Amino acid sequence: MGNGLKKIARSQLIIPLIALLLLIVFNLIRDIEFFSITVKTDNSGNSVLSGNLISILNGASAVAIMSIGMTLITSSCKGQDISVAALAAIAGSVFVSVLRSNEITIPVIIIAFLFCTVIAVLFSLFNGVLVAVFKIQPMIATLILFSAGRSIAYWINGGATPTVQSPLLASIGGFIPGIPIPTPIIIMVIFLILISLVLRFTNLGLYTQVVGINEGTAHLNGINPVWIKLIAFIISGICVATAGCITVCRIGLINHETLLLDAEMDVILSVAIGGTALSGGKFNLYGSVLGAYVIQALTVTLYAMKVPSAAVKSYKAIVIILIVLISSPVVRSFTVKAYKKLFKKQEAKEIPVKAS
Amino acid sequence: MLEAKKTKKFERGIRKMKRILALVLVAVLTLGLAACGSQPAAPAQPSAPAASNDAPAAPAAPSGDGLIKVGIVNNPPSESGYRAANVADFEKVFTEANGYKTSTFYSLKNDEQLNAAQQFITDGVDYLLISAAATDGWTTVLENAKQAGIKVFLFDRMMNVDESLFEAAVISDMRKQGEMAVKWLLDLNLPEYNVVHIQGAMGSDAQIGRTGPLDEQFASGKMKCVVQQTATWDEATAKQIVESVINSGEKFNVVYAENDGMAKGAVAALDEAGITHGINPDGSPKEVIIIGFDCNTWALEELKKGNWNLDVQCSPFQAAVIDSMIKDLEAGKTLPEKIVINEETFFDARTITQEDIDKYGI
Amino acid sequence: MQNDNVLSMRKINKSFPGVQALKNVDFNLRKGEIHALMGENGAGKSTLIKILTGVYPKDSGQIFINFDGTVKEINVKSPYDAQNMGISTVYQEITLCPNLTVAENMFIGRGNYRMVNWRAMKKKTTEILNKLNIPARATQQLGTCSIAVQQMVAIARSVDMDCKVLILDEPTSSLDEQEVDKLFSLMRDLKSRGVSIIYITHFLDEVYEICDRITVLRNGELVGEYEIKDLPRVQLISKMMGKDLDDISSLQNKKQIEEKPDAVPVYEAEELSSLECPNPFNFKIHKGEVNGFTGLLGSGRSESVRAIFAADKITGGKIKVNGKTVKIKKPRDAMMHGIGYLPEDRKRDGIVEDLSVRENIILALQVMKGFFKPFSKAEAEAFADKYIKLLGIKTASMDTPIKSLSGGNQQKAILARWLLTNPQYLILDEPTRGIDVGTKVEIQKLVLKLAEEGVSVTFISSEIEEMLRTCSRLIVMRDRRIVGELKGEEMTQANIMHTIAGEAVQNG
Repeated sequence: MGNGLKKIARSQLIIPLIALLLLIVFNLIRDIEFFSITVKTDNSGNSVLSGNLISILNGASAVAIMSIGMTLITSSCKGQDISVAALAAIAGSVFVSVLRSNEITIPVIIIAFLFCTVIAVLFSLFNGVLVAVFKIQPMIATLILFSAGRSIAYWINGGATPTVQSPLLASIGGFIPGIPIPTPIIIMVIFLILISLVLRFTNLGLYTQVVGINEGTAHLNGINPVWIKLIAFIISGICVATAGCITVCRIGLINHETLLLDAEMDVILSVAIGGTALSGGKFNLYGSVLGAYVIQALTVTLYAMKVPSAAVKSYKAIVIILIVLISSPVVRSFTVKAYKKLFKKQEAKEIPVKAS
Repeated sequence: MLEAKKTKKFERGIRKMKRILALVLVAVLTLGLAACGSQPAAPAQPSAPAASNDAPAAPAAPSGDGLIKVGIVNNPPSESGYRAANVADFEKVFTEANGYKTSTFYSLKNDEQLNAAQQFITDGVDYLLISAAATDGWTTVLENAKQAGIKVFLFDRMMNVDESLFEAAVISDMRKQGEMAVKWLLDLNLPEYNVVHIQGAMGSDAQIGRTGPLDEQFASGKMKCVVQQTATWDEATAKQIVESVINSGEKFNVVYAENDGMAKGAVAALDEAGITHGINPDGSPKEVIIIGFDCNTWALEELKKGNWNLDVQCSPFQAAVIDSMIKDLEAGKTLPEKIVINEETFFDARTITQEDIDKYGI
Repeated sequence: MQNDNVLSMRKINKSFPGVQALKNVDFNLRKGEIHALMGENGAGKSTLIKILTGVYPKDSGQIFINFDGTVKEINVKSPYDAQNMGISTVYQEITLCPNLTVAENMFIGRGNYRMVNWRAMKKKTTEILNKLNIPARATQQLGTCSIAVQQMVAIARSVDMDCKVLILDEPTSSLDEQEVDKLFSLMRDLKSRGVSIIYITHFLDEVYEICDRITVLRNGELVGEYEIKDLPRVQLISKMMGKDLDDISSLQNKKQIEEKPDAVPVYEAEELSSLECPNPFNFKIHKGEVNGFTGLLGSGRSESVRAIFAADKITGGKIKVNGKTVKIKKPRDAMMHGIGYLPEDRKRDGIVEDLSVRENIILALQVMKGFFKPFSKAEAEAFADKYIKLLGIKTASMDTPIKSLSGGNQQKAILARWLLTNPQYLILDEPTRGIDVGTKVEIQKLVLKLAEEGVSVTFISSEIEEMLRTCSRLIVMRDRRIVGELKGEEMTQANIMHTIAGEAVQNG
């Protein structure tokens, strides 16, 4: 028991867990009803779960999924892909453009999804080649798509904000009839399971970290750093396409200018909160996902507190500064020292008890 | 002169690159689509805006063909659905058939717009039509235009210059749009107004104008503000805001979203919570009244289906007004007003017709 | 406290969680001497220095200084504090800014925040550089100087800050011989100016060349303080290791590989060349043979073995493994043919610092097994456990990040990584660099043991004695070319020198 606690304390998960815990406690004090979950009947007649907890889990899905790819890129390339949100807009636009030129059926949706995934992976690979082969700083390399991405998304659908209406899409962005849990949450869980399987049954985790920590060693131990980086970008492309499609399905329209607006910053932030150093190396995928939920919990809390519009960003910034400060090495080592002092005193007290 | 030549060469280079990029992208997408067996219809469109970028590079028309030479400086259609409609409107009106020789330049950047406007002046256009990316820095260029005898019209956006430097400005009054919506709400004579107010990006013209009249109602106590929050024009954020209101259990009967997309996001949240919205067959409002702005075609269709209650127009159609003013000037008349407020209207779910949708939808 | 001591530390105690790092350690430094602080890794040298320079607080004990005739006790709170008191440190890794000029580096961070007078700064720097005979210009970017010169600039900076006690922590580990000579003459110069130097090194030769006295630590305790003339080399080693080192002299590769013309070499390269090793060379090694590449730094010995492992891009050549022609174009190919390579630069190419000892050990075998076949945790733990025990790797647990291990133990972990792949041919490039004497001996023994078991080994070391002890054949290189081969009785220091110099080999 004590050992397990210690293990958690040492692990990278500690920061997002503490942050989440603090947010939960804060909300419970503020309003005991905050986390109540009720069953409601939606306008299509399904029984669905509703409540802030569901909103947090649901709302964070897109960022959480994208943070998986971002974590791998951060770890292996020692930098971030800032074009993920713009790429999601491209993927969403491709998705909508295929759907709009066909009658919407399940096979068409699958084809549209696969097609937009391929496009997103190609674009992501473009970033990947710049980073892995041409060794351009990730932030600079992805700046190209960051600034051009939303224009490309516009070209794909020829402007305006095309809508796609279908109960099938609504069930992807909302609820599948008969299942009371929002589909984006289910998709997120599927992604987590998939990535856990990948980590369990391949050496992706080990190779990625080795490349991120020491490329020289990776090369001399038979790992090809270029491939590992490209794999990170491929996975990121798949994640981004999925996030884009989920977001399109939520509302049933694509607005290339606002789809997942500024989400790249949230994604990078969740990676940072999750305990992966933005300078690469050791990573923790589950931490990043948890980080996404922390950010969403914060947003939902701010909405529930009715913070004035103009002040939302500053409140968010304050909390994030606190989280980042807590996770800084200085504060961390200070806490560890303080904890040890306390712990030592306890030990000293315990010993005589045992002796008697 | 040499400078101008250089600039021109440079611009042409950029345009060339843009065109190549566009072609490559189109090729990639088309190939991909074809491989998947889908119709490559959608991606074929992208070439349109890229191609129209070339317009200013076209050689100046020989004088004496009776056409009025017009230079248009606008924001690119990719900026928004509104802008796409705006650009399409100008392309439709300023045609050779209508007596114009038109060159157009699109950019989101003020300095590029300034350069382009100067180029139009050098090329010797008769009229210069400008929708500025930013409000400042235009005085010198407009003075040059005046010296060259070129008449300037501003459309869509005002700029910080002396009124003597332009003939007329055709603009939307965002505040008036807000006032129309609020008046329409008050006319419903509901016993109480509990409003969820979803704002656009804070500080934008549209947000300030559309928020103002509603704020006054909140202040006077006629309407109650359940929540006022910015979704920065983002549909998904709007949905989350409404979700949080529903989760808090507070009552509300109006969603006032400052554009159509956010209204759609709000509706998605209501649907999931099983809250009805729009109008009953007898015309009476359901649980929640939905108000949107901009008159997107799909939004007007929602209105016609009775899912929403009101959509206020933000007209991108300024071309016809400017066209008639130019014709007046050519006929030797003077213009009565410097500032022309673009006429805008609103649509009620109870009265909207298919013709409205076809005519006003953007 | 004796009056000629500029510094004395009394009864210093320091403990870390679970370890008593220093137990009642005394240390005395006289004015104008070079004093070697010796001990194996973990003996407490670094801890003692870090307490002296204020990096760690001491648990108990006293530190006295006597710079101006009066003895006073000091309480050092930070390295900056120490610097102001006249105690400066120059570390193995240069801690200056490579992208600033020499002059800027001399003057930054010295607590003077007034306007910078560039001209005066440049003039002063030039003066100091000339005085100390350092071959650098004041306006030169520090990064463009050699490591040795950078180190000298760091030393000059300390000297100019009026330091009375200068601590040099492993300054020579990345220098070649001429550079070491330059550094030594600088040290002698400083000594004549009355600066006291504490010198930490793993190279015994250097201690006997330059130091006046030696303090030996073992397991956090003081073993003793000796005049250099009273302590012969073998005794020093035995004091450091705490046992008599008969076995080091008995260490010898007695096995001579008889040249059987029909024997198939384990590895054979014909006209092999790589991007870094442009001159094609021939090379072969038989089963159970230990050979070595020798030559001065920069002679191309490391580049040659890198070419064998395909660590650099291969540009030509024919390779046979066990008589069969194979293609080795990238490190993985070499690994799959049973070749292992322990790189020269442990930090840059060897360890994966943030990963655990376990992950570092299984890395190579894991890569050979394949991307889609990760070891289960139990398998990995069994492997790691086996080799941690086998090689006596000192680590808190197999989950400890490898960066928190001492240099010698890191090196053992990387050795374990390659032993785990069960190689038929192992290339060890400088496996004994920067590690303590005990581990050096262990590694040499291991090489001989491996050879007896039939593994072929190529062994490279800057310490020729080590190579003479372990190798049965030496390939001598100069200017990126093989200039000779020595075996059996021919292998002597003198002959190596002659071969490098291009003279005839003398028998015996």
